[in-house]
Parts: sequence; C-alpha cells; structure tokens
Amino acid sequence: MRQQPVLEVRGIRKEFPGVVALDGVDFRLFPGEVHALMGENGAGKSTLIKVLTGVYQSDGGEVELAGEQVRVTGPLQAQQIGISTVYQEVNLCPNLSVAENIFIGREPRRFGLIDWSAMRRRAAELVRGIDLDIDVNAPLNSYSIAVQQLVAIVRAVDVSAKVLILDEPTSSLDRDEVRQLFTVMRRLRDQGVAILFVSHFLDQIYEICDRMTVLRNGRLEGEYLTSELNQVELVSRMIGSELAGLDQLGGGKRRERTAPTGKAFLQADRLTRRGAVEPYDLDIRPGEVVGLAGLLGSGRTEAARLLFGADQNDGGTVRIEGEVAALRTPRDAIARGIAFCSENRKTEGLVGELTVRENIVLALQAARGWTRPLSRTAQDAYALKWIRALDIRPGNPEALVRNLSGGNQQKVLLARWLITDPKLLILDEPTRGIDIGAKAEIQKLVANLAEDGMAVLFISAELEEVLRLSHRVGVLRDHRMVAQLDNDGALTPERIMATIASGAHA
Amino acid sequence: MSTAAAATSPVKAVTRSRLFWPAVVLAVLLVANLAFTPDFFAVRLQGGHLYGSLIDILHFGAPLILVSLGMTLVIATGGIDLSVGSTVAISGALACLHISESSDPGSLGTVLTALGIALGTAVLLGTVNGLLVAKAGVQPIIATLILMVAGRGVAQLITDGQIITVTSDPYKMIGGGYWLTMPFAILLSALVVLATVLLTRSTALGLLLESVGGNPVASRLVGIRAMRLVALVYVFSALCAALAGLMVSSNVSAADGNNAGLWIELDAILAVVLGGTSLNGGRFSIGGTVLGALIIQTLSTTVYTIGIPPETTLVFKAFVVIVVCLIQSPAFRAKLAARGARTRRTTRSHAAAPTNREVGA
Repeated sequence: MRQQPVLEVRGIRKEFPGVVALDGVDFRLFPGEVHALMGENGAGKSTLIKVLTGVYQSDGGEVELAGEQVRVTGPLQAQQIGISTVYQEVNLCPNLSVAENIFIGREPRRFGLIDWSAMRRRAAELVRGIDLDIDVNAPLNSYSIAVQQLVAIVRAVDVSAKVLILDEPTSSLDRDEVRQLFTVMRRLRDQGVAILFVSHFLDQIYEICDRMTVLRNGRLEGEYLTSELNQVELVSRMIGSELAGLDQLGGGKRRERTAPTGKAFLQADRLTRRGAVEPYDLDIRPGEVVGLAGLLGSGRTEAARLLFGADQNDGGTVRIEGEVAALRTPRDAIARGIAFCSENRKTEGLVGELTVRENIVLALQAARGWTRPLSRTAQDAYALKWIRALDIRPGNPEALVRNLSGGNQQKVLLARWLITDPKLLILDEPTRGIDIGAKAEIQKLVANLAEDGMAVLFISAELEEVLRLSHRVGVLRDHRMVAQLDNDGALTPERIMATIASGAHA
Repeated sequence: MSTAAAATSPVKAVTRSRLFWPAVVLAVLLVANLAFTPDFFAVRLQGGHLYGSLIDILHFGAPLILVSLGMTLVIATGGIDLSVGSTVAISGALACLHISESSDPGSLGTVLTALGIALGTAVLLGTVNGLLVAKAGVQPIIATLILMVAGRGVAQLITDGQIITVTSDPYKMIGGGYWLTMPFAILLSALVVLATVLLTRSTALGLLLESVGGNPVASRLVGIRAMRLVALVYVFSALCAALAGLMVSSNVSAADGNNAGLWIELDAILAVVLGGTSLNGGRFSIGGTVLGALIIQTLSTTVYTIGIPPETTLVFKAFVVIVVCLIQSPAFRAKLAARGARTRRTTRSHAAAPTNREVGA
C-alpha cells in the first residue's frame, strides 16, 4: 500500500552550545499522509522543523527527498526542492492583496512587466481549488487569521507541492476555522501532498493525523499509527521515562501536607476570556499551593494571567477576600496583594539593561509611585538581603541583570515580588530552563512561603514538581479546566496524565 | 570570590564610564580649535561681562542643551519628539506677539504674562503629543511629525509671516542678558539641567522611565503606570523647547516663525545619541546629553572661527559627526583594535604571511 517515503531523515543531530537538541533522530514522511510530530516543549520538534527547512544546518545525519540525498542549506532552497512551511504567525505581507501574497517573488511576467491579470486569474483559480470564496484583490489583512493561514498554505503548495509543514497552525483559530483548515488539509493529502502537522491539541491530532512521530529530549521515542496508540499512551510516551524514575526520586521526599482550610484568599467564578481559556472556577486559600498542570498551550498561562489583570476577562468574576474585585490592569492586582512571575523571563519579566538591584526594587517602587522613591540605602538593603537569601550569583547588586544565568534571573524575579510581600504568588514555569540546583532551591522556597501563609499558584509542565509542591492540582486541556484533583497522597503523575489525555469533559 | 570581578582598576573605571568618549571628543574638538585660534581658551572680563569663545559656546548652546534635555527623557522611553523645533518657534512667536501688542512692553508684568502664555501653550502641545503616543498608541515619530509640520504653520500664522520685533529689557534678559558676569541663558539652562537631574535621580522617575523604555511589557506587569509617565515626558519636552524658544527670540529681540528652531530637533537627537543614550530607549544620561549638545555647538563655532566657507559647512559638520559616531561605537573600536593587532602581528613575522592572507580580499 505505502510506497517510498517522500522525505526520510536518518540520524539527524543538532547541537547548540551546551545542549544536544537533536540526537540521532530518524523520521519518515510518506506522500498522501498527515503526520503529527509530537513531543513536549523542548523535545526538539522546532529544531527538527528548522533543520528540515534549512533555518538550521544539522551537525550530522542525512536527508533524502524522493529517494535522492539532499542538503538543505536555507529556507529558499528548501522551497525550491519542495519543502514548504507555514508558521503559527502567518508571515505574509498583510497590506498586500491576496493575489500578490500568493505570487510575491515569482510574479507572472509579460515583456518584463508583471502580468497583473494573469496573476489575478491564477490566484483566483488556486483559491477556488480549495473551496475558498474570497476576493483575491482585497488586502490580506481584510480576512481573518484563519483565511490568511489558508492563503499561506495555498502559496506554499503552489510553490512546491511535495512536503508541507504546518507548525501550530490551529493555535489561534476557533472551532469552525479549524474544520475549514482540516478540509483543506484532507484535500491536499488526497492530492498526494505529504503534510507534517504540529499541534498541542491532542483531539486535533487524533482527528486529522494518520501517523505520528514522538520525540523526547531530542531523541526519537517512536513512530506510531494514530489508530494504534491511544491518548494516554501518547502522553506517557511524550513525558516518558522521567515518570518511571519518579517514585524513587520523589516518593519519599514528598511533604506530608494537610490542605489548609478556611476562607479563600481568591475565588474565581466562571472566569473566562474568549480564545484563551473557557470559564473556570478556582479557589486559593492562604497557605495553600495550587498547581496547574497541562500540556504547553493548554491554557495554564492564560488562566493565570486573568487572575493578575494581565489580560482582561470577558466573563466571570474574581473575589478577593470575599469582595468582588475588578482586575483591569496588573496594577489593580498588585494593589490587592497579587504577584505574578511570568514564564517569559526576558520578554515579560526583567529589564535587561538595568541592574540586579534596580530589577529587584522595581515592583515595590512602581507601587509607591515615582514621587516616593526608595532611598538608595533601602534599595541596597533589599538587594543584598535577597541576594544572600536566594544565593543570587554574582552577588553584585550592580551587575546588569541580562548577564545573569537563567536560574539567577529567575531568583531576581522572585526577589522582586517577595519584597512586595504578596498574599498570592503566581509562578508560571519558575523552574523552566534552569539548572537542577536552582530548581531545588526554588521549590524549597515555595514550600516555605506557603507554610508561612502565602497562597501560591504554581504552574509547571513537570508533573513531578507540581505533585511535590501542590495541595491541589487543576488540570487543563484544550483551554479548559477539566478537573481539580486533591493531592491526598494517592494522586500520581499517571492519574494526572490520564486526566490530561482523556479530558474528562465534566 | 565572585565579587572580585567587580573590582577594576580606577583607569578602567574612567574609560568605561558612559561620559568618557563624549568628553574625549569634546576635548579634542576644543583643542583642535586652539591650533587655528591661539586665544580660543581666553576668557576676559569687559564691562562686568565675561567674553570669549568658550562663553560663546555655552551661551549659544544653551537653547540646544534645553531642547536636548527634553529629548533625552523622551528617547529614554523609546520615543522621539520631532515637534520641538516648531514648539521653539510657536513659543517665541506667542511671547513676542503679546509683548509687541502690549501698551507697556518694558514692564515685568507684561513679560511674565508672555512667558506664561508661551509655557502654558507648550504644556498643551506636549499633552497632545503625549496623548497621541501614550493613549492612542500612535508611533512617536508620526505623532510628533504632525506637530512638527503643523506647528511651523501655526507659528507663521501667529507672526503673520513677518518677523515680530520687540523692545523690552526684561524680555531681553532671558536670552541676551547678563547676571553675575555670566550670560543669563547659561545660568538658566544650567539651572534647568540641575533641576532635571534632581527630578529624575532623586525621585524614582529616572528608574521608572528607564524601565518603561527598556522593557515596556515587563513594566506593565510590574504595575508601572507607563501611559502617564510617557505622556508626562512629552509635556516636559515641549516645556524645554518652549523655554529654548524664549531664549532664542529674546536674544535677537525678535520672533521669526519661519526660521526659529528650524532643524533643532535633529541637532537635539544627535546630541542625545552622542551623549550615549540609545535610540532604543532605556538607560539615559543627562550628563552625556549636555556634552553631546556642547560638541555640536563647538562644531558650529569652529566652522565660523576657522573660516570654513558657508557652502561646505554642512558637509564638514556631517563628516565630523560620522567620525565621532564611529569613535563612540564599541563595535568599531573593537574592529579597529583587532585590525591594529593583526597588522602588528604580520609585520613582526614574515614567515606567517601566507596563513594570514584574507580569503576573498
């Protein structure tokens, strides 16, 4: 039934300073299939795609296209030999017309001039070919993101029709738009195009894909037929052997914790934001650590941002200490004792060209306003105290924060919020990308803060870590809070995984 | 220990200072003038007033220092203010119009009212800029371009296309008067510089501005009211420009809607950049900006004192500015140093010549 793979890579290796991103990965793609590339954040999916499209040069291994060995040297050359990519953010020119976008850089010409009527005619044909009813003369940005994405696909397929890579195409689409996209994907598949599909939505994978390749920590975990691997098995293969070792690692050390009772500090009631997270309820009591688990893109961050006023909710309410609170901006939330460490330390957390001291006092100073400055003595005292308490290195308060390592930058962010003496601390992936020592220190700190009465919302992709710290775990899947599980000692990573996989739509 | 890295030699601390290169450039420019004008550094007291080239540079540079000062804070937030030149013209025109129409142009009351009108209008203009940028989210270069173009027209309307001349001793004082042997303009601009340093560095304003300019997203998430700060900075910039406009028109006792403050926004931006504040926003240096403005003014003075023909003035200025920018660029200095090291190496060992051949040279 199956013929030769159209694309086959063997033993691909890619190293970055200090990290092996891809370690001998094999991968096959057949004509006329939709193939999912699966793996957690950091498993090497993006790196593999970038190697295939020539953005990165591999450090080893070979790539065969239609039986011939090729070297992919750059995105343009990748397109010429038949590998096209459509990224999450549509990278076309929004203010040019649909037809211009489809033919940009390869316009049909007559006597050296662009043949506009031919361009429009052919664009209209191509668009009609996927049952899309749009005016090709209208500017691209007059259409929804979904349509723009379809135009990008039309362009990609027309440029080179062998291999089409779709990197998270559905992340900003609503349900109907996803259906439209899938219709187009099926049509192209039936025409013999090989489609590589990357998505964090498990349901979508199972709806559209024929086979999948699972990566973990830069290695190939396996290649499976979608019909032969159920969602629980898939999730456990993505998260992998870290789980097997969890019992020896964490089992004995897990804290004996009794969930605090009493009035909730914060209550979210049917809180929602369209396209980000569906209505959810959540209570957090003083002294309680609530974990949020779920795959990347499942809506964990989005849920937390609503509690901090970083995004506006368009439904539901938040009560703080029993009173309804309108959290319109982060400033409102901060005034009520909420702190938020973003998962994007560099872009949303630190001001790189300011010093460690300045970054540490920033939130407190912002709350006081510019007319009531913290004296230099007070600033130095705060900085030195927290540099010592969290063992921030180098221990120089005047070092520029952008020169610190990831773990130390995270500690600076923690210090920034801890000096504001928050009642609720929201931590979004506080231990991602930092070394194991700093990770343990931060976990210990969180546990101690909760013991002293602080409410903590702890978001992490690592189930082991979530279980070790949390009294309760909210599980998110496809932007919906599907369950809240008490961490009563019987809760296991397997059960959380099963919840993520099955989705228990309740 | 980890702190050992922080301890550097005092020499290194000086050369690493952000003010080091601007200061070197200014010193070189001044000394270069000495070669053409031997009495360039001479300052003499005559009739109770100080005279000399150095005094002239400070005196005529005072308006530019003021405008650059406002520009520095705007640029620190990641913005830019192109409308300062027009604000200079409008402010001078309004003040002169009021004084010329008054029955008693020489009275202090008239002059104070004129100042009030000019500065009050500046607050209004700055607020428009600030709201366009901070509230409406218009790109700063576009938002202030509107007033740059329209404002010049407004100034011409105010003066009716003519040059309004005034005779008023109190008004003459601002830009052309002397106090304690010094030109009053120098003292005034020094006072404003000092006040701005205090305002930004002994309150938290400087830190918050640098944070907003350095990372706007993070600044929102720590609860800084960025909108208010950004709007405020454009008001400050307009006020500085208006004060400069009063100085310029006072010095010549006339308001020229067409030419007052023409292109001063470009000189001000240049002064800020020469002073080491990045156009990307973030860290700013008021001291650097003052040095930058003085570099530009010295250059203008040099052009006159060494008698460069007027038609080559702009080319000469452009050439010096390019050299100054290159000297201040760390990347360029590193390249220069590397090249110097390489030539030394190759001249030392002839045997190594083939390995040093540059590919594709």
